[in-house]
Amino acid sequence: MNALEVSELAFAYGPRQALDELAFSLRPGRFAALLGPNGAGKSTLIALLTRLYDLQAGDIRIFGHSLRRAPRQALRQLGVVFQQSTLDLDLSVQQNLAYHAALHGLPRREAQARIELELARQQLGERRHDKVRELNGGHRRRVEIARALLHRPRLLLLDEASAGLDPASRLALGRHVRHLCQEHQLTVLWTTHLLDEVQAGDQLLMLRQGRLVAEGRADQFGDDLGASFERLTAAAPCQP
Amino acid sequence: MIVYWECLRGIVLREWLRFVLQRSRFLSALVRPLLWLLVFAAGFRAALGIAIIAPYDTYITYETYIVPGLACMILLFNGMQGSLAMVYDREMGSMRVLLTSPLPRAFLLASKLLATALISLLQVYAFLAIAWVYGVQPPPWGLLSALPALLLVALLLCALGLLLSNGIRQLENFAGVMNFVIFPLFFLSSALYPLWKMREASEWLYWLCALNPFSHAVELVRFALYQRLNLSALLVCLGLTALFALLAVLTFNPQHAALRKAG
Repeated sequence: MNALEVSELAFAYGPRQALDELAFSLRPGRFAALLGPNGAGKSTLIALLTRLYDLQAGDIRIFGHSLRRAPRQALRQLGVVFQQSTLDLDLSVQQNLAYHAALHGLPRREAQARIELELARQQLGERRHDKVRELNGGHRRRVEIARALLHRPRLLLLDEASAGLDPASRLALGRHVRHLCQEHQLTVLWTTHLLDEVQAGDQLLMLRQGRLVAEGRADQFGDDLGASFERLTAAAPCQP
Repeated sequence: MIVYWECLRGIVLREWLRFVLQRSRFLSALVRPLLWLLVFAAGFRAALGIAIIAPYDTYITYETYIVPGLACMILLFNGMQGSLAMVYDREMGSMRVLLTSPLPRAFLLASKLLATALISLLQVYAFLAIAWVYGVQPPPWGLLSALPALLLVALLLCALGLLLSNGIRQLENFAGVMNFVIFPLFFLSSALYPLWKMREASEWLYWLCALNPFSHAVELVRFALYQRLNLSALLVCLGLTALFALLAVLTFNPQHAALRKAG
């Protein structure tokens, strides 16, 4: 069973087609990078995957559960880190995580245990009572990842999670998520418009103007990856 | 079932924490009705004599008359502030956390409504306590019998706020809500003057006030404070709460904003 299966997905903002006959799948435990220039449709795809937007055409299956027919089961499998921070700045780290746990119906005691575990895993145990407003960008992202993992999802979506971070924090975040992917057999879909965030073993999906224009292991592209990306951000579709 | 309970508890707790952190919000919610009670009502006391009208058994002071209306004023402002918070959450992205919960969207929105309503009740009872000290003292049991009425009115106004927030494109448009919703609802109601006084002034003004849902909300609370039931007001409030809540859930769609921008 695939971790994620997107079939014949299309979405339009009025007359503007944002996604067009998009189809791809992710195997469990893989790190996939969804690469595309700004406006390629990455955030629209995330909004559809998370049910923020209703499906217009096509379907999405998350570990076999159709988002159209069984959204609750599908969403249970999903953890999300949005491009724009969704933390409540005035609440503490602990309070933000407890709120998320409650939204997923976790009993208090279990939620508390998981919060401690995730904060320790993200090396944020000491900051649990700090207000999110007091944290730097990198730490905020870590809190968002801890939050996204609280309900033990099997698929983690990160929408341009490195946006706004300094180079060192970006690198650390990428390493950290890859480590999570390996350690917990987590499937990760990482959207980005930055080529240097893609590594050799990653499954690569290239999106342009709402269409999948290339797909394969990043190392299959060989030295041509940079050129492919340049072509992608320019105009013509590219092949691996 | 426990999943739903934990979710509701979490949403109410978050609203409580935000309320506790925003002390100025609590103070401003109290200052507004207190100004009306301590300044406006004191000035108009001599000018506005109140005849014996239900649910009162005797002549009452003007302050006594306007307290139920001012309690509803707190609920009205909180309901609309809830709408502002929804628009803010939508623009800032924190609404996404709520919406990616696997629980049904209708339940999540209903929980949000209930949480905002419960916070509003705290402010109303703080106001009633100050009014009590000031000398406006309904029967002590009336404070208890008014609780379900206040909760219903709070839900009604929060549902209206949620419904309005679905139509507000940007935070800046909220000023329109003040001018076109809050002020007409409040001033064209029985909150400040009894309807018969309105009728003396103008027949059409009277009908506007009589048809205003906020008048029914005020009368429901006024009667409940004196341990009486105003059945017609109750039915109107129940019906409108159900209608507004249903419309709010049906029209709630985060992709509308994106589609509108594109269109």
